[in-house]
Amino acid sequence: MLRTLLSSVREYRWQTIITPLMVVGESAIEVLLPFLMAAIIDQGIQPGNMSVIIHVGIILLLMSVVSLTLGAGASWFSSQAAAGFSKNLRHDLFNQIQTFSFQNLDHFATSSLVTRLTTDITNIQTAYQMLIRIAVRAPSLLLFSIIMAFLVSAQAGWLFVCVIPILATGLFWIVKKSRPLFRQVFRGYDQLNRVVRENLRGIRVVKTYGQQAAEIDKFHRSAHNIAQVFSHAQRIVANNMPLMQFVINTTMLILSWMGAKLIVGHQLQVGQFVSLFTYSMSILFSLNMFAMIFSQLSVSQASAERVVEVLTTKPDIVAKTNAIEDVADGSIEFDHVTFSYPGTDDDQLKNVNLRIKAGAVVGIIGETGTSKTTLVSLIPRLYDVTSGVVRVGGQDVRNYELKTLRDQVAMVLQNTILFSGTIRENLKWGDAEATDEQLNEVLQQAQAKDFVDALPDGLDTNLEQTGQNVSGGQRQRLTIARALLKHPKILILDNATSATDSQTEARIRQAFKTDLPNVTKLMITQRVASIIDADQIIIMKRGGIEAVGTHEELMQTNQWYQQLYQAQQKQSGGGDHE
Amino acid sequence: MNKRRETFMRLLKMLVSDFKGWLVISLIAIILSALAGVAGSLFIQRLIDHYIIPLTKATDPNFGPLLFALGIMAVIFYVGVMATVVYSQIMAVIGQRIQESIRDQMFEKMETLPLRFFDQNDYGNIMSRYTNDVDTLMQLITQSFPQFIVALFNVTFALAAMLVLSPVLTLISLAIFATSIVIVRWLTAHSAKYFRAQQASIGKLNAFVEEMLNGERVIKVFSHEKEVQVDFEVHNENLRNDARYANGFATMLFPIMGNMGNLLYVLIAVLGGGLAIMHPTLLTLGTIAAFLQLSRSFSQPIAQISQQLNAIVQAMAGAGRIFQLLDEPAEDDQGTTTLVKDGESWYWQLADTSLPRVPVKGDICFSHVNFTYPQTKAGLHDITFEAKAGEKIALVGETGAGKTTTTNMLNRFYDIDSGQITYDGIDIKTIRKRDLRHALAIVLQDTHLFTGTIRDNIRYGEPNADDSAVISAAELARATDFIDELPAEYDTVITGDGDALSSGQRQMMAIARAAIVDPPVMILDEATSNIDTRTERLVQAGMDALMANRTTFVIAHRLSTVFNADLILVIDNGRIVERGTHEELLKLHGRYFELYQGLA
Repeated sequence: MLRTLLSSVREYRWQTIITPLMVVGESAIEVLLPFLMAAIIDQGIQPGNMSVIIHVGIILLLMSVVSLTLGAGASWFSSQAAAGFSKNLRHDLFNQIQTFSFQNLDHFATSSLVTRLTTDITNIQTAYQMLIRIAVRAPSLLLFSIIMAFLVSAQAGWLFVCVIPILATGLFWIVKKSRPLFRQVFRGYDQLNRVVRENLRGIRVVKTYGQQAAEIDKFHRSAHNIAQVFSHAQRIVANNMPLMQFVINTTMLILSWMGAKLIVGHQLQVGQFVSLFTYSMSILFSLNMFAMIFSQLSVSQASAERVVEVLTTKPDIVAKTNAIEDVADGSIEFDHVTFSYPGTDDDQLKNVNLRIKAGAVVGIIGETGTSKTTLVSLIPRLYDVTSGVVRVGGQDVRNYELKTLRDQVAMVLQNTILFSGTIRENLKWGDAEATDEQLNEVLQQAQAKDFVDALPDGLDTNLEQTGQNVSGGQRQRLTIARALLKHPKILILDNATSATDSQTEARIRQAFKTDLPNVTKLMITQRVASIIDADQIIIMKRGGIEAVGTHEELMQTNQWYQQLYQAQQKQSGGGDHE
Repeated sequence: MNKRRETFMRLLKMLVSDFKGWLVISLIAIILSALAGVAGSLFIQRLIDHYIIPLTKATDPNFGPLLFALGIMAVIFYVGVMATVVYSQIMAVIGQRIQESIRDQMFEKMETLPLRFFDQNDYGNIMSRYTNDVDTLMQLITQSFPQFIVALFNVTFALAAMLVLSPVLTLISLAIFATSIVIVRWLTAHSAKYFRAQQASIGKLNAFVEEMLNGERVIKVFSHEKEVQVDFEVHNENLRNDARYANGFATMLFPIMGNMGNLLYVLIAVLGGGLAIMHPTLLTLGTIAAFLQLSRSFSQPIAQISQQLNAIVQAMAGAGRIFQLLDEPAEDDQGTTTLVKDGESWYWQLADTSLPRVPVKGDICFSHVNFTYPQTKAGLHDITFEAKAGEKIALVGETGAGKTTTTNMLNRFYDIDSGQITYDGIDIKTIRKRDLRHALAIVLQDTHLFTGTIRDNIRYGEPNADDSAVISAAELARATDFIDELPAEYDTVITGDGDALSSGQRQMMAIARAAIVDPPVMILDEATSNIDTRTERLVQAGMDALMANRTTFVIAHRLSTVFNADLILVIDNGRIVERGTHEELLKLHGRYFELYQGLA
């Protein structure tokens, strides 16, 4: 795990290395100060020797300036290193996600990927900075102080060695006891958030059914639960300070008694005695630092695991080397194709065979859950077949460069996603170099030109701010125009006109027919009327294709199709969608 | 700045009013604890000057008095430790109590707010008040406040002790102290500036990532990965830059303060030593030793004070947002007419109980209703129509024409600007909202369910309904088939987002939920989106069953609904442009005729 993360340090390596070095230097000087100060007292003040005071004093002053520089420098460089590291990590993570296949994306929820890219990496950044600075400072201060204490007086040294495990045990107990409680608190927060979220989204339902009191009661229980567990945890953590105080005070009392005895017995000098007080403080505070580091790192450990999980996920669709960079034509062939989503043994498609000629118009219809979207997703290789071959332009789709294939197979997805920015910027996803003339042409084909022209800013209308002015059906037509701009050889519409009225849809189909005769067109739909003129209609059932034929053929041979057609004729389903 | 002060005072008032006694005890404990700390430093002076030095000169050292002094010190120390235990425990509990009470207040308030509030505020933003803002506030109460006060007392007492020990050395300390303050202020001002910038950068990066990852499939379909990476890098680099400065200045604070302490330590040793040699009467060895110890307990609290000040300022921003929510005006409700049940029948009970009760029938009348949404300026103009009990009113028109808005007026999700709406002849403004809404049910297009069992979701509006009522509601909604297939049938727990259910099944749940309440008036929004034909037929059958024998307002998408409607209202741009039955409207060859052609 660590190795994966550390590979993102890269150009911030030297800041990472210099920080702990400076920290060690600073700690060493800090520990030397009381030692020299003891010399001032014992060899300068007591015997009244001014020159010792001046000489040692100058050294001490220089040392504290150096220590200040080192300390400030370590802080500065650690911040540079941590900020740089987290930038690289975000970069790597984001790029990794870009290489993901749909299958990989299905595995991670979008919101969880967002958290990993933001909160989790911020946690790691904090931990990293801590690791190269404070996590170095604590042990070096501890070690140096103990060494110095032993140098000054072995007896005092042993006193510290005895006290350390007592304090360490206490701090360990606090961390150990409170950790599971904090985990419980986080779960409590999930619950609390859920209640709030459900009430925000469903406020109309709550108000309609007058259930405010019941919801408030639900919330009270969650909030109370958090307060209970959190109080418990906080009360345990609150022992930290008195514990420190207790150990420091006790050490001082023992040290006072021991020191007095030693001084009177001429085994210790007053200045050395004073320096021991300072060392005791350093030792105890560095132990407290350990406790803090420990609890902080355990928080970021979960974050690190979540980030590494994404970084080590192998994208399962990659192009071959020497991949083909040209698609011959828009013909499609499914050759004994079987497909199931990974981790399931439920075959979505079983031994599917299908031939579609370049330039054909194909309708796909069937009930929900009959793998209509799955079928077409295999054509631009959004998923890979489990067995069999899908061919586009006579070639196995796995032989193409991914970009080539997806540029030639334009797919309009079921949910209309446009990005913030102007209409022009959004359309240009299809072709960055497109001229206004070309933009207007595709808008015309998608029957979107009239309403775009009617917008006050036309192509420059900002979609974010005018969400209100552009309806669902209009957004759908923009996504169609965006796909057309790629000038693909195959165009797939996955329920892309569901919110467009029948008349407009008919005009779109007509435009396809006259303007794009050579483009293979596949349409998934719920309406028979949309595909009545298609060259081929594919009826999907669970696990594959039930029937293929023209409208006339299917009306003769397929009972389900007949019934659907008649039901829709009677009801004339849909309509007033806009 | 003034705003922050106001927030602070309000918070303080809240704290003091609820926990006055506990706060007084805490304050006393804090003072005791700080005093014990200073006593420890002063003791070093006595230890050296009064005990150790005389003992070294004595021929027959008597350790008795020293032991006695250590005993007294032990008492002082341990009283200090106890005091720390007391205040840290009290503050830990108070923090949690406040946290719970603020959360409860927020939620109780939120439930009373008008829909306008929910339309205008981003959900993520509201949610973060419950978690982030309350958390920061609690940190403030359990940690920042006590530490700030402890540090304040420590500095004050240390300063007093220093003055008693040696005014000259105190002067040196004060000089260092002043320098420290200047450095601290400079550093915190810089880091605060970059922290704000960092916050903004995180926000931008967050929004970008959120949008891109939501559209990740489109990115793939368009092979747009490279372009997106380039855009991401801009946000990423901005964040790095702000983060390195923000953290750089902030983390430098502690080593600098620590080393200023070291500098003070050195200066005291050197200058104090020189002074002690030249004027032995002015300064004793014990005083220098005590000062050395005090210099430590002097510089650390100053760094702490400045750090806690920052935390306090940050928490005030969160507290401000919390108070803002608490101060939102609640949905106003001056209604006095209530719904009462007598036997099996429902009646309207006017405020004046001497007046006769009105039986609930379901007559709805809109007269000259005008309404405008504050932001979009869209709305309704002069809507007038009447629905007699049991009639079906179909609302047709394009998206955004005002169909949903019309129904929103009826249940008073929004209040009309002018005109009047009556329910059984009673102005709905005079009906208590709870009761008005109880006399209506609504089935929306996107169904919201709550985490809990299928049963609890069906009886959401009637929590006391028994199983047979739940099952018959499910039957009416044609939902029994799919419920019977669920692992635990009616006890199956679904999550709020109801991922396990298809959109058609969710709609059946919504129909069952409305059916169990059995109100005389229904508002239905027919679904259009991608549900397959079989499920759609089931949903429609459920809706038809729900409409029977009730006044129903249907936002219609199906021809059969329109055919059977008693009155069709064609709405365009917030106005009723045509009205009548299907046949009447067709003859007009107007707006309805156009729409009908789209339908057919």
